[in-house]
Amino acid sequence: MENWFLNIAHWLTSWLVSLGLAPVWADLILLVVQWTIIVGIITLNVLILIWLERKVAGFMQERLGPNRLGPFGIFQTIADTLKLLTKEDIIPSQTDRLIFKVAPMFFIIVAVMLYAVLPMGQDMAVVNLNVGLFYFISVGSLSTICILMAGWGSNNKWSLLGAMRSVAQMISYEIPLAFSLLGVVMITGSLNLSDIVQAQHNIWFILLQPVAFVTFFIAATAELNRGPFDMPEAEQELTAGAYTEYTGMRWALFFLAEYTNLVAVSALASTLFLGGWQGPFLPSWLWIILKTYLIMLVFMWLKWTFPRIRMDHLMSLSWKVLIPISLVNIVLTGAGIELFRWMGW
Amino acid sequence: MFTTDLYTINIGPQHPSTHGGLHVEAVMDGEVVKDAIVHLGYVHRSVEKIAESRTYTQFIPYASRLDYLATHLPTLGYVQAVEKLIGVEVPERAEYIRVILGELSRIASHMVFVGSLAIDLGATTGLIYCLRDRERIMDMFEMSSGQRLLASYMRIGGVITDLPEEFFPAVHSFLDDLPKMIDEYNGLISGNEILQARCKGIGILTSEEAMAYGVTGPNLRASGVAYDLRQADPYGIYERFNFEIPIGQRGDCMDRLTVRIKEIEQSGHIIRQALKEMPVGEVRGKVPKVIKPEKGKEVYHRIESAKGELGYYLVSDGTEKPYRVHVRAPSFVNLMVLPSISRGGKLQDIIAVIATLDPVLGESDR
Repeated sequence: MENWFLNIAHWLTSWLVSLGLAPVWADLILLVVQWTIIVGIITLNVLILIWLERKVAGFMQERLGPNRLGPFGIFQTIADTLKLLTKEDIIPSQTDRLIFKVAPMFFIIVAVMLYAVLPMGQDMAVVNLNVGLFYFISVGSLSTICILMAGWGSNNKWSLLGAMRSVAQMISYEIPLAFSLLGVVMITGSLNLSDIVQAQHNIWFILLQPVAFVTFFIAATAELNRGPFDMPEAEQELTAGAYTEYTGMRWALFFLAEYTNLVAVSALASTLFLGGWQGPFLPSWLWIILKTYLIMLVFMWLKWTFPRIRMDHLMSLSWKVLIPISLVNIVLTGAGIELFRWMGW
Repeated sequence: MFTTDLYTINIGPQHPSTHGGLHVEAVMDGEVVKDAIVHLGYVHRSVEKIAESRTYTQFIPYASRLDYLATHLPTLGYVQAVEKLIGVEVPERAEYIRVILGELSRIASHMVFVGSLAIDLGATTGLIYCLRDRERIMDMFEMSSGQRLLASYMRIGGVITDLPEEFFPAVHSFLDDLPKMIDEYNGLISGNEILQARCKGIGILTSEEAMAYGVTGPNLRASGVAYDLRQADPYGIYERFNFEIPIGQRGDCMDRLTVRIKEIEQSGHIIRQALKEMPVGEVRGKVPKVIKPEKGKEVYHRIESAKGELGYYLVSDGTEKPYRVHVRAPSFVNLMVLPSISRGGKLQDIIAVIATLDPVLGESDR
């Protein structure tokens, strides 16, 4: 079971080569197949996630959640997607049409790009990049630009307010996010995500870096625009923030991208702090899925419990609390590493 | 100094957190509110004018639509005003039933307040918890009148019918569970760090300003003025009950929330006392079939509704229809204070201020 996907990939390459293709072309086709599978899995996974989120919300709020279509309402999201697909695509007349149209596309592209470096099992990263973590953070921050594009292009005050909030929030939270990960990088001495997973063979980094994990988790919630930090959307204040003017499938793309980001960041959290794909008995790819879902359930739990934080409190939380804490964490980690070396462990 | 342009945004009339057709025009400097202008009239149904073309009895269902969240209180105020006008004795049992249902309405209204504050601040689950508990009150209303939201149970000279048997176990079990519910609200909603940060020191209404504007009800009491018509000017049989008037100190959003949660508790005490002392007997007094008050007689009657002082001013011209009905709606007066207390705050504070002023638009636009 462990090597199912790798075996399929090997079999596909050798079959293509046996057809008489040059190995370069075979690899290229394999890459295309891999990407198609990733996009397919992401989309399917989002369908499940939305259903799960609604079920979790229902469970927390003593309701049933979706329960009409299929067993436990599992097909509800599919019906909703079909509805969104058939909706009229409204572009308000005063918008900046080009920016308005490309913003959701860019958003989803950026979200999917994150998956390139995530090791979804032993030897199962699409690209085994040696600066994987750096890549992840820099690509992840691109999504801000997409929200800004959506807010600016919509030519709506609510949208612009949402977009500006999003920019301010992301700039503030990028820093504690990156700083909290530095502790992990210092221990492993590598930015390669596969190496970081290997380094957690004996002990998970959540035990070595608990403060970093908490800082990362808070910053990641803000990065993902999820409650209690869902400033750009902020339904009760900004109607729907940056997404106010979007309808139908364009709006659905934002929704899809947000969930895609959620999965990616949860997978990153389990890779960096929960030992990634490592674990006994079960195959590695199942372990990372389980851990990712665990983290996502915590994200959902937070969202359905807390009220939305105020914008200026959000900023002061980042600059006055999270950044100092993560800086202290870096210093302490450095001192700890030196101490360990000095004691000869 | 470098300044940016001011711009206006329209919060409402179509907006998720304006509690109906409220329109607030906010003049903004970035995220800071420079001014807020309240526009009303989006749900104006000319209720006062309708009253002039209906008989005194026919207006009762319209009155219940004024404050649809606390349905028994506006009808109670109206029927008591008419009783004052024509001088009718109300049987003892009917008075107690009125108190029980009125206080249940107050609890229901305050539960909606707590829940809607939670959802306006982004905590969706808080709303559902409050509505879940309010549902039990709605069930009791259904038992008594067959209607859940707009019961029209009060009648001139009493109530339409006696309470059914199954009402009493339901209200007793509700009162037994009330402390648990309040604990839950305090844990999930008012005890939440983020909610406190968003409510403490926000939208401060000083007692002087509150009295100058004529703010009444929980909003006034949150500013530290212990003024409750149930004790200040008792109507019906309210002087028989012991209860405290919870007051706040700072008059901010947090005080407006905690005062209401405490009022739920006090209303529970009143209902307990009423249930214990309730006598048996008639529930409707002797009222003439056609109500024709003397010509030129006028009366003003006020009650403590869930939102504040709800007053009815009735003028009779000797026919079976009133010459003039004026409703002194607490939500309307309370809303007028919104610009002054939201100035200088953030955009997100306006939402909290609107939610804690607890306007009900059916009453503001009457």
